[in-house]
Parts: sequence; C-alpha cells; structure tokens
Amino acid sequence: MAELFGSRIARLEDPALLRGVARYVDDISLPGMLHAAFVRSPFGHARIGSVDASAALALEGVHAVYAMDDIRPHLVNERLVVGLPSPSYRQNRDRPALADGEVVYVGEPVAVVVADSRYLAEDAAALVDVEYDPLPAVADCRAALEDGAPPVHLDAKHNLLAEFDMGFGDVAAAFARAPHVFRESIWIHRGGSHSIECRGGVAAYEAAEDLITYRVSTQMPHSALRTICEMLGRDENQLRVVAPEIGGGFGPKLVVYPEDVTLCIATMKLGRPVKWIEDRREHFVATTQERDQYWEVEIAVDGEAKILGIRGAMIHDHGAYTARGVNLAYNSGESLGLAYNVPAYALNIRLALTNKMPVTPVRGAGHPQATFTMERLMDRVGRELGIDRAEVRRRNLIPGADMPYEKPLKTRGGMGVLLDSGDYPACQQSVMDRLGWADFAARQDAARAEGRYIGIGLGNYVKGTGRGPFEAVTVRIGPSGRIHVYTGGVAIGQGTRTMLATLVADQLGGDMANITVTAGDTATISLGIGTSNSRLAVQAGSTAHAAAIKVREKALKVAAHMLEASEDDLEIVGSEIRVKGVTDMKVTLSQVANAVAGTPGYALPGGIEPGMEAEEHLVLDVMPYASGTAGAVVEVDAETGAVRILEYALGHDSGRIINPLIVDGQVLGGTAHGIGNALYEWMGYDADANPVTTNLAEYLLVGAAEMPNVQILHHESPSPLNPIGVKGVGECGVVPAPSAIISAIEDALTPFGVRLAGTPVTPAQIVAAIRAAPAGG
Amino acid sequence: MGETRKIALTVNGKRYAEEVEVRMHLGDFLRQQLGLTGTHLGCEHGVCGACTVLVDGVSARSCLMLAVQADGRELLTVEGIAPNEEELHPLQEAFRDNHGLQCGFCTPGMLTTLIEFLGDNPDPTEREVREAISGNLCRCTGYQGIVAAALDAAQRLKALKQA
Amino acid sequence: MKPPPFSYHLPGSVEEAVGLLGSLENAKLLAGGQSLMPMLNMRFVLPDHVIDLNGIGALSGISAVEGGLRIGGMTRQRDIEFSDPVKTACPLLSEAILQVGHRQTRNRGTVGGSLSHLDPSAEIPAVCAAVDAEIAVTGPNGTRTIPFAEFPAGYMMPAMEPDELLVSVFLPSWKPGHGYGFEEFARRHGDFAIVSAAALIEAEGGRIKRASVTVSGVGPAPVRLRETERALAGQAGSEELFRSACESARGIEALEDVHAPASYRQHLAAVLSRRALVKAWSRIG
Repeated sequence: MAELFGSRIARLEDPALLRGVARYVDDISLPGMLHAAFVRSPFGHARIGSVDASAALALEGVHAVYAMDDIRPHLVNERLVVGLPSPSYRQNRDRPALADGEVVYVGEPVAVVVADSRYLAEDAAALVDVEYDPLPAVADCRAALEDGAPPVHLDAKHNLLAEFDMGFGDVAAAFARAPHVFRESIWIHRGGSHSIECRGGVAAYEAAEDLITYRVSTQMPHSALRTICEMLGRDENQLRVVAPEIGGGFGPKLVVYPEDVTLCIATMKLGRPVKWIEDRREHFVATTQERDQYWEVEIAVDGEAKILGIRGAMIHDHGAYTARGVNLAYNSGESLGLAYNVPAYALNIRLALTNKMPVTPVRGAGHPQATFTMERLMDRVGRELGIDRAEVRRRNLIPGADMPYEKPLKTRGGMGVLLDSGDYPACQQSVMDRLGWADFAARQDAARAEGRYIGIGLGNYVKGTGRGPFEAVTVRIGPSGRIHVYTGGVAIGQGTRTMLATLVADQLGGDMANITVTAGDTATISLGIGTSNSRLAVQAGSTAHAAAIKVREKALKVAAHMLEASEDDLEIVGSEIRVKGVTDMKVTLSQVANAVAGTPGYALPGGIEPGMEAEEHLVLDVMPYASGTAGAVVEVDAETGAVRILEYALGHDSGRIINPLIVDGQVLGGTAHGIGNALYEWMGYDADANPVTTNLAEYLLVGAAEMPNVQILHHESPSPLNPIGVKGVGECGVVPAPSAIISAIEDALTPFGVRLAGTPVTPAQIVAAIRAAPAGG
Repeated sequence: MGETRKIALTVNGKRYAEEVEVRMHLGDFLRQQLGLTGTHLGCEHGVCGACTVLVDGVSARSCLMLAVQADGRELLTVEGIAPNEEELHPLQEAFRDNHGLQCGFCTPGMLTTLIEFLGDNPDPTEREVREAISGNLCRCTGYQGIVAAALDAAQRLKALKQA
Repeated sequence: MKPPPFSYHLPGSVEEAVGLLGSLENAKLLAGGQSLMPMLNMRFVLPDHVIDLNGIGALSGISAVEGGLRIGGMTRQRDIEFSDPVKTACPLLSEAILQVGHRQTRNRGTVGGSLSHLDPSAEIPAVCAAVDAEIAVTGPNGTRTIPFAEFPAGYMMPAMEPDELLVSVFLPSWKPGHGYGFEEFARRHGDFAIVSAAALIEAEGGRIKRASVTVSGVGPAPVRLRETERALAGQAGSEELFRSACESARGIEALEDVHAPASYRQHLAAVLSRRALVKAWSRIG
C-alpha cells in the first residue's frame, strides 16, 4: 500500500467549505439566542465615572447592559491572568474582565449590551452614557520609557513592563578588536491579523446541567476553558469550549479576551444563549496586534565580512496590558542572527507599555522583526566592504556540515536552541540561481538604460517551530469501524484534519474517508494546548502518528487472536484486517473494535485491555527549526514610488512534507502577509493613541493584483527531533519577506543612494527618500 | 423591530416571500432570515468581497444592498453553485484540486465573483483573473491557488462546453 | 456595523422623489449604495428617511445627444464600462471608469451617486471637470443646469439644494480623433485614487489647439490646471513641454490623510498630469 505521507492529497475540509455549509461561529443559531454589542472606550486613556444605561435599557428589545460592577459578583478573579511566566516583569498588567475605573486603550470594552438583535444592541450601545475623564495617553513606545512620560496606567510609576538581557560570548572584546563596526537604527511597525472572519462567540448556559457551552472562534479552547473557569470559579466540567469552523486565526485568536468572559457571565445571568460577533471596525480596536519594535544595533565584522559580534538594544511595544507575555520580544532577541555564525551577542530588551491595543503574536511572532534587523545589517556590511550581499551571507551562514548546531541560547521555557537540520547556504544558492543573481547586474544596467529601476534582494531566516511540550491526540476505532481522531489542536484553515487523517490512515488502512477528525472541543479531549507557533504538524502530527501506531498494534493483536493468525501476517486494508495473500481470512475494524468493547461477564480476547483507542501526549520539548531564503526582484517607479514585485522565490525547508499542497498553501499565505508587512499594512495611531486606520480602505491588505507568482523551492531536511521528521510551516513565509523586498527596493534605487530602515515602506516614503538621498531626484 | 416591508425574491431557484426590516442589509437577510449562512460577512463596508452574491446574474456585495432592494430579484449564493448534493461545480472542483481555499471564509465571495467573471471571459489570462478578484480579500492563500483554480476552471468549463 | 433605524421610501418617479425629499426631515437619497451603505453600516450617517432611487427607471440610460452624451443619474458604472456610445463620444470616461472600484461595486454604483457623493479622488467627477460637463438637477421648482466648474461647493459638498436631485449629466464631446489619457495612482488595484489626472488634447497641424488637464485627489475637488492648459496652447507636444507645463501642479493646495502627505499629492499631480498628457498626445488620431 502506497504511503499517503508526502502525497498531494486534496483536503477533506474542502467540500463543505466550497458548498457554503460549513458552520462558523456566526452561523450558529440557538433557540432563544440574544445578541451582544460592546460599549468601547473612545479614549486612549481616561478615568471612568458612572455608566448610565437607563436610556439603553429603555429601548424595546434590550435585555441587559452590564458594566464591570454588574459582572463583578460573578467573578472570583476579576483579571485575565494569561501572561506566560518570566522573571523579567517589572509590573503586573493583567486585563480586567471589563474596564474597571479606567480605560487604557481605544476600544477597551467598558460594557456589554444584550438585545434581541445585533441591530438593536448597536442602537442601545450608542445610548449607554459613560462618564469619561480623559487623561494623557502614550502612543510611542520609546516616548513611553522616557522620564516624565505620562503613565499608561494611573497607578503606575513608570511604563517599563519588563526588561531583560540576552546574549553570549565576550561582546566587548569582539567589538574592541573588530576592524569594522556598523550601526543601524531599525523600526518595524505594527499590524493586525485580519483573518477574514473576525472573532466571535456564542455562550449558552443550561441551568439543568449547570453547564456553559461556549462556541468561540479560538485557536486555544483549552486555554480559554482554564481562564474562564478560573475567573468564574467553575469546575472544568461546568464549561465546554468548542472551536467551530474557524475563518483564519493568524495568532490573535490564541488569546483569551474580556469578551469571552463577559459572554459566559451574560448567558448565566440571562438564562439564554448570547452571541457576539466582532465586526471589522471592532477588530481594529478589539483584537490584539503586533510588531512595533525599535532596534539600535551594531555589528562587528572582520575584513572578510565574518561576523565577530552583534550588540544593541531593542524597545518592544507591549500595548496596554499583558495579554500573552514577554514572548514576542524574547523570540526577537532569540532569533536575531540565528541563521549565522555569531560568536558574541548582547541585546538589552525593554518592553514598554503604551495606550494601544495589547500586543500578542501575529503570524511570525517576533521573528520578522529580528530577521529584518539582521538582514539589514548583512546588506550594510556588504555595501560598506564592497562585497556582494549574498556572499556576505554565505560566509556567515551556518553550513550544513555543522548540523545539528547548538546555539548558546535558551528558549523562553529554558530549552536549548538546537538548529536540528538543514543546509542554509544551499538553500540560499537555490534562490539565487532561480532569480539569476549572478547575472542580475547586467539586467539591472539594461533596465536603467531604459530609465527603469529594478533591484534584487535576499532574506534568510531560521524559525523555531512546533513549540512543545505536547499536543494531545486520541485515535479510536469506533464500534461502527469508523476511525475517530480527537485533538486539542484547532483547525483554523491550515488543513489540520487532512494532515491528521493522512498520518492516521497510513497506519490504519489507508482510507481517509473512513476518518473523522474532531479538533478543538474540550468535551472530547481533556488536555490540549492549541494552535500557535507553527506547531500542529510537529506536535499533533507526531502524536497522531504515535497514537495510530498504538491502535494499529492493538487492532492487529485482537485480529490475530480472532483469526488465529500471527500479527506479522496481517495487514490493514481499508476497513478490514486480513491475512496477507488470503483474501477470505479477515475481520473488519468494526469487529475488532466490538471485540474489545466488552460484554458483561465475558473475558476480553487474549487478555487485551479494553477499548480500541489510544490517547497520546508525546512530549517534544526541543523545537525543530525551519529555515529558508526569500528572494525578490522588484521594479520601483522612481517618480511615484510604486513598487512592483516582478519575481519572488522562496527556498524553504520545513523538514519532511506531509502534504505538498498544504505546505505550499501555508508558505504562500505567509508570504502574502509578509509582502503586506513590507509594503502595505500600517496600523496607525495619532499622538493621543487614537487609531487612525480603522477600516479596510485605510488599513491595506495585499490583494491578488499586487501579489507576484511565488516560486517555492522545497528543501527537505528531516528533523531528527520527532518521529515523522517534520518542522512547522505556518509562519515561515511571513518572516523573510520584508527583508528581501526592502533590500530589493534599496538595490533598485542604488543610483540615488536611498537607505531604508523600516517597514512598511510606502510610495510616499520612497519618493521622499529619493528626494532626501545624496543623489536624490 | 423597526419598520418592515414585504418582499418576494428567488434565491438559488427557490421562491421566498418574507417580511423584512427595512434597515437590514442583504447579507444579514440571507444569513439570518433565510438561514443561508454560506454567504459570509468579512467587513460590512464593501472592501473584502466575502459577501458577494449574484443579483440577476450580476455580482454585488450583499453588505452594500438593503434586503428590501432584492425584492423581485433572482439571487445566486454559494449554496446554489453546485449542481446537486453529490457533485461540485467545475469551479469548486478546481478550487479543491488547486488548493484555492484554506479557512474557506472568503471562498463564497471568490466563487460568486469568478462565476460572473468566467461567464464574461471564458479564456482569461492570469493578469485578468488577478484583477477580477482584486475586490476580494483572502488572508490565507496568497491568492496563488485561487488564481490557478480560476484558470483551471476556465479550461474545465471550456471542455464541458465543447463536449 | 448595522445600519441605524430609518424609514424607507421607494418612489417611482423623479417628481415623487423630489416631493419626498422636500417634505421629509433628515432624508438621504440611496442610489447605488456603494458609498451610502458603508456609511450607514458604520453609522457615520444617521438618516431618519432613506429614499431609494432604484425604482425610477427614467433616471437610467446613456444617450448620444447634440454635441455630446447625456447620462442618467442612476446609470450604473458598469453600463458605462460596456457602452459603445461612451467609447465614441467620451473615451476618457471609458478609460477612467475601469479605475472606479471593482467589478462588484461598478455593477451597483451609479454616475449620479458618485457625483453627488463628490469624493475628492473619485474618477467620474474628474472626467466631468475635464470635459466641462453640465449637471442637471431637479427640485421643487423644476430642473436647472449647473456647469461642473460650479458644482463642487466644498469638500464632498455639491452645489445642490437639499431638496434637489441629480437627474443627469451632459458630457460635451471633443472632436473625433482627439487625444485622451487618464492616469491614476492608487495603492492597490481598485483602491480609491491617491491622485489621478485626466488629459484631453485636440491638435491641428502638429500643434496643440486645445488642451484640458485635470487632477483629482489633490484638493477637496477636481482641479483644472488652467496655467498648464495655457502653456500648452499652440505648442508642439513633447515630453519636455508636458513636463515643464505640469510643474505648476505642485502648487495646488493639497489634502493630507493616512495614505499620503500633501507634498506627495502635489508631486503626483505634476507626474500624473504629465503622463496623462503624454498618453493623450500619443493617441491623437
């Protein structure tokens, strides 16, 4: 039987999605269901006085308006305690369930209105009269850390959320003896996730069972369950969290939000299901964002462009609350220069509170910033030393022969950073070959002769994926013979069901149509971490593989007993286990499952343990590191500043590929997001921390007409760290894209001497940069 | 409930006579009142294109029409594209084979938009396809699979016509 | 993002619509809905009454008339896109209309809606400015004509009375064989323009006899570059001429928003008007 692993299999998910019959959270309608709208802060920072809901409550069809004082009696813990552990915190900024005496960012939920329809709820929300006393707000994370900056929170002495240092080696010595030191100031701007489906939830309380069922567009139902139970003082069996079909996640849906807690309270108070669907305008002010960082970095190199050391400081915009932790800034610090031989490194990292949307991972999670910073440094070294940019990189990349390569760093959880496999220089070379790097100068000269400015750029990245410690997976053959797979991971559009069914089918008969995958329902599996950090193929995939093998072994054992044959002579084909070469000696999976289902008073066959199932929690602590190189060829209209991406290639290594169709899709989607980060996505705030881009005409997502046809060059270096040799892929495309594109723009504009140090780069900025450049227009 | 009005329309070949709140947009009407939740709302301000449906054969964003304006019209939504319960439309098949969807949320609008487009332009270039779906945002696919699916669907539809 | 409550009216004639407009307090006209509907969904506008013009068949249509084209206010942008009379009589409009939003929005969006909304970067008002269009509006006292030069009364504010309704626009034709060019800069395909430029040239004996140059998206309303037009008259067209003639566009008073600072808009005005002229000159037949 041919292995399904590695095949281009069309997804199991697709037919329902293509027919429009899949059920997303907003498609759920329950009897008696009410609709919620949130009253949100219009101020970046203000004291809250009274909340007068009388006019709102007077509207026909309005059932309730709850502010913090109304829900407080139902909370044993008033704050969402979700910050990942770290010794570096200087203050605790857990979010309240609803604003409590103070609002600290525009969009912070102050009250919820529940009505017969969303239309009515919005009518009523406009009538809730909240008394605000505006206070000075801080929008810029650098200004936030200056002496005398207004405090983001009234009770704070300063705005430093956390501070820590990272590094290794003797940096001072490295810089002291370095013949060349170059300094760069880099900034990376924040953006949103903008899954096309916004957030939303339907909370339904059944008094008879004292059970809340909360269906929510989340990447982490088990984490939502724990947080909500903790705040409401409920047992785990009094809350079920279910992720229905998810219309994209990209990070922010891993977070537990104030709305989640509030909806669960509202359904209990009202005794009716309550639905809240975040609209797009809310998404700009209610869902977490990421990426604002400012880097001041220096690189020391020898005369051959070999790195001697890197040092510097970085300020990370944390937003107004801790909605996840110090993980992003940590990821950035950990991943700076990860692809290269760096003998000495020292980075000071400060996380600043600002009166802006809290910051949590958005596809890439700290890596795009560090990668952009490092790749800008590599370009700088090449330019200063007159050495080709690709050659500078090649000389410093960790060669394939040195794998596995241990970096003298620890992950945020204290695990070692082990670059497990890959040939980074070969990957870079493949992209250079595909884009014609060697001959590009001639092509560029020819274009310039026609008055056209084209340029080429590269970006290398290495990204930790598949973060542990585990993901739970149960594989069960039911009495019908159907195979059920349950996982705590969540399918958010990345083909998780197909991926898991592929791995299970390879062990259990090869018929994917006989497999049902249930992902993200806390009632079906007690443990689960969820979807983040490009982790599901590594964690859930490996575990599904292991669980399927266990079930297979058991099924064969039972079948051997039933058929009076040796296990070694059996094979599973479709829904049957048969003796190889003897077609009529067989039992069905259904018979095997029933044989161990137990009959009162009768022994199980062959003394086998009951149940044809296995729940596994394979512990995989050490992360596999995916890697790759992006290459871009762009044309810049030097008059308008317009950038057109003519060619784009991504050399990519995420270990063994389970399904090329899905891996390509993940890489392409990430690349589009990265191109957006490079050229389009700008989440603006004014000086008073008011967001100025709050709709999709102001905040630009990349469209089909702007996207190049991306060429993917697969490199498959199996990871030795898990049984199926895979690495994660979901975030990989996004990480190197801005590096390659900005480098290519700068290359195109070499005749003007334009230097670019941030993202996104807009046409207006390019025109301004040309004019300001030494050889400007 | 505010002011209402009676309307009659056909959706996916089925006749409906409904009383509808005049301020309700067409997307909400299809989803909430008719239970046709395949049409998705991604932005409700006319940018993302997820809610695109065909009104008398012509694409429109259902968040930018009032339900009352559909009175007397014939609509096609994503639920009406496949010929029956077993088979998919060639465009849907092409989407599946070319991985033209991931989370599936933008997909209904992509499909309706492309049905109109491929009707007008049965043999499009890649550039034309990209421009045709430029009013539909997708966050998952990078559009490449969608473009490939549209080009593939054009060939499948042509082959069907010739057969 | 749901529309606020309002009363809905569906008049069957212009007279009925004007009557409603005159008698109802705080009423909004609903044409194609591609601007009003987002504003309703976002509750940027809170009308007590919405008067839907989609029931007035007489407001739609494109007809070739003496000296030009008459286009009904409720004519869909899509109908202009596919109209042969428009291609013949006003090819500039045929070219510009492709830049108006996306297929799905052109299918619904109307000429009258765009002109009444008067977004500073909208293409249809730019074309109207370029050809010196005349806007016909009907109110309680009958129909009057407003030259486009007098139509914008301010930022997104047409010079119509609150009880008047835009019924049609007349676009004077330029001579057959004239050159035309529409250039637009937007961040993405189908986006609102940051700046666009429209150029028309009539030539005689290799020299420019008459030129019209308009930029939009720079100031609060489309601007005719009169100084540029004067500089071109009687000259033989060339890139150099167009470049120097368009420099004055940098002096236009410019708006600033999240997409672009004022200085960038002024810069684009000069660049795009030159490019539009180059294109127009190359098309003289």
